[in-house]
Amino acid sequence: MARYRTSVGIEVHAELSTRSKMFCRCPVEFGGEPNSRVCPVCLGLPGALPVPNRSAVDLAVRAALALDCTIARESVFHRKSYFYPDLPKGYQTTQFGETNPIGYGGGMEIEADEGGVKRIRIRRVHLEEDTGKLIHGIEGGTGIDYNRAGVPLLEIVTDFPPDITSATEARRYVQKLRDLLVWIGVTHGKMEQGGLRCEPNVSIRPEGNDSLGTKTELKNLNSTRSLQVGIEFEVARQARLLESGRPVVQETRGWDEQTESSYAMRAKEDEDDYRYFVCPDLSPMQFDDAYLEHVRATLPKLPDTVRERFVNEYGLAERDADRMIADRAWAVWFDACVALSGSPKAVLNWMISDFAKLLNESGQAVPGGEGEPTLVTPEHLVELTRLIADEKLGGKAAKSVFAETFRTGEPPGEVVTRLGLAQVSDPEEIASLVQAILGENRPLVEEFRAGKSQVLGFLVGLAMQRTNGRVHASLFQEELLRRLTED
Amino acid sequence: MPGWATASELAGRLRSRELGCVELTRETLNRIEEDPGGLGAFLSSDRGEALRAAEEAQRMLDAGTAGPLTGVPLAVKDNICVAEGVTTAGSRLLENFVSPYDATVIEKCREAGMVIVGKTNLDEFGMGSSNENSAFGPVRNPWNPALTAGGSSGGSAAAVAAGIVPLSLGSDTGGSIRFPAALCGIVGFKPTYGRVSRRGLVAFASSLDQIGPFARSVEDAALLAHTISGDDPREARMRTEAPISLGGLRDRPLSGLRLAWPQQLAGPEVQPSIRATFEVAISRLIEAGCTCEEVDLPMIRHGVSTYYIIAPSEASSNLARYDGIRFGRQVEGTDHVATVAKTRGALLGHEVKLRIIAGTYALSAGYHDAYFAKAQRVRQRMTLEMDEVLAQYDLIVSPTSPVVAFPIGSAEMDHLTLKQLDLCTIPANLGGYPSLSLPCGLAEGLPVGLGLTAQRGMDESLLAAAWSMEQELGSVMPPSDAGGVR
Ligand SMILES: [Zn+2]
Repeated sequence: MARYRTSVGIEVHAELSTRSKMFCRCPVEFGGEPNSRVCPVCLGLPGALPVPNRSAVDLAVRAALALDCTIARESVFHRKSYFYPDLPKGYQTTQFGETNPIGYGGGMEIEADEGGVKRIRIRRVHLEEDTGKLIHGIEGGTGIDYNRAGVPLLEIVTDFPPDITSATEARRYVQKLRDLLVWIGVTHGKMEQGGLRCEPNVSIRPEGNDSLGTKTELKNLNSTRSLQVGIEFEVARQARLLESGRPVVQETRGWDEQTESSYAMRAKEDEDDYRYFVCPDLSPMQFDDAYLEHVRATLPKLPDTVRERFVNEYGLAERDADRMIADRAWAVWFDACVALSGSPKAVLNWMISDFAKLLNESGQAVPGGEGEPTLVTPEHLVELTRLIADEKLGGKAAKSVFAETFRTGEPPGEVVTRLGLAQVSDPEEIASLVQAILGENRPLVEEFRAGKSQVLGFLVGLAMQRTNGRVHASLFQEELLRRLTED
Repeated sequence: MPGWATASELAGRLRSRELGCVELTRETLNRIEEDPGGLGAFLSSDRGEALRAAEEAQRMLDAGTAGPLTGVPLAVKDNICVAEGVTTAGSRLLENFVSPYDATVIEKCREAGMVIVGKTNLDEFGMGSSNENSAFGPVRNPWNPALTAGGSSGGSAAAVAAGIVPLSLGSDTGGSIRFPAALCGIVGFKPTYGRVSRRGLVAFASSLDQIGPFARSVEDAALLAHTISGDDPREARMRTEAPISLGGLRDRPLSGLRLAWPQQLAGPEVQPSIRATFEVAISRLIEAGCTCEEVDLPMIRHGVSTYYIIAPSEASSNLARYDGIRFGRQVEGTDHVATVAKTRGALLGHEVKLRIIAGTYALSAGYHDAYFAKAQRVRQRMTLEMDEVLAQYDLIVSPTSPVVAFPIGSAEMDHLTLKQLDLCTIPANLGGYPSLSLPCGLAEGLPVGLGLTAQRGMDESLLAAAWSMEQELGSVMPPSDAGGVR
């Protein structure tokens, strides 16, 4: 079997996280009664006119800037015509043409399969409106829900010839793109709700051959995993065709999640002539320097930059840095702790263990994240790590203290005092504790002296039990040993 | 009684209690029902709703909160959405369509206390010049019922010319207000593109469409233009100007007014009798102090062909929503495509289909550059040419229509001849200019319109110039035995 090279281009559609639709004031939400969020504009009633949603435009420019694009000075909307029941006006309002989209000529770095980083060039970032949704099986027929019709979408298209050369790179690209868009607050990125959709086009060519092979486009992928599996399936399917001397047909193929296989949907020849022209109901959008400066100024530091700082300044391991930038609110919270002169390592350890677990169990989140805001503040966590570092709080008790702070929002120091959880490390207290334990367990002392060293652990355990885990274990053990070996 | 009174006279009599609003409305509704002369100007009229509005207007009059048009009856072209009753756009497809909302102009008229008495006949979706493309029959001219009232706003023009209502609203894409106004001997005004909201106007060609008034006097037209104009945050292509103001309406003397007459609109296309009447009117204006020079606007020659690429292209897209799925009538097919095809095949008229096909063709891959893109370039050049002329002159003048009202049925003549009728009106739409047709005399016993076009945004000075010209030229009235009501 010949060896093949894979080329993947990807179109990503991300629902913008605006409050209202692209051209009307209907709210943008997920689910709900069919056709409960519609109006003359998004239903395409006679006489209805579109008015662009300013904040959707702002978000699109924001995304284009974060993706290192050139911003068009003047950008217009076009009409893309075709008949389909979910398309109310008989055309979709979108942006067409090479230098007209809001952003073009950008790129984003991903980790390459062969190691190192690789720039995936982005051809265009543009705005458009979503369509409605067909619901089959309504009273034996098909219904149409227009709640989604007119929801603002951002389309991001990779450049040609494709830079992505494998299914794993494709997955990394979409994952990173999604994280970036969520990070800058442009989309919620929920693939399972259709908030982010990706359509890869895949082609293979024999190694050594320069010209790209015939591509097929995949639709209905609703996770980054299906994206990867889908592309792998397509690559294998195309290779089998070529091996058996049959041509790859240029077509759109659907992905079947159940069978994990693709099926032919529509051949290239069946594609419509969309008859694009500038939408006469809308004026060109103009972006001047002052506006772009304003958007740039409100753009947060991007994940790659933050990650680099975590590694270089905080001394985080690459893997830990990745974990801390998975979510912007999470990274901001972490940063706030370090700014309070918390130790990055200690804070990190608490965040990825107890804190993450408690947030997960309660459905809470740090401010700006998804969920009820947690009562724990960076000050709390830093205070906790200090108590531990200063040996005022033992590891086991610290867990209970943190759980209490998480539950009530009471500062750790106060919890320690209120519950009497301060660590016992005073030499005199420890000496008397040793005295007491030894006095009550004479037979065990004999056993130890007879050479049974595991008795030591048992005695420490007894001390822990007696103090509810507050005793400083190593100080206690030290004192215990001294007493046992002394006479 | 009200018959030929102007809207301002009627409003004055309403304010002085000489006339009751309900009484006036009832009388108007009766005339609509009677349809004197069998004009076919109205498609529907909601009596109950009109009388309710009249009572409300009377309350405003009684409370002293009345404006200049409070209580005045208004007829509305049936491609402008009014929330009660149907809005058919002259099409079978929309025969049962009830708009859930009022067009912005309707909201403004209601706020001003005007009383909407009925919806008027039109060429289907505004496509036509003789009103014979209406799915509900033609409109007859009050001057002679055998003749057309012109189109596409034929019903609105005839309703005012016949004295059924003092004011009406029309829409103008290539002359659809000014052309029938000229044929019916009344004032028709198309404001600057973007000064009157199109929201709620059933779109024909979005970059050309504009709503405007029909009236029996320039002052009335200005009053209604003032009422319906002004910014609308629900339309994205509005200019930011304030409403068309009435301030200097009577303050523009004719002396020193510079008129430009494009030689391209003085050729053999213009009937000699029209040309003669037009020239007499111009010489009277010159005597009153205007200057008039012939100017060269070579690109105007391409106006009609440019229009007949751009307007159908936009229409083919604007009319794509009429698929019978969400509203309007439907003819069911075996699947979606068949339903769309059957609905449109059975319920859209011939001319509409013709234009959809032409527009679809002009936008298709492979033809887009040769037709649509080229037409846009010609449009741009023509506008530059006109801008240059309007930098040196106050107004571009020409006859509004190259012909007088013609017999109903003759419009089936030849499509190309019929389309040349818009020769003089189309340039104002392509350039977005304000343009008005003013009665300027008779030819062959029928009214002739004087077409006046000004620079974009200069609606006020256009109206003021027209007001002064009206003082000079007087108005015309249909003979009482023809169907016109006195
Ligand atoms: Zn809506």
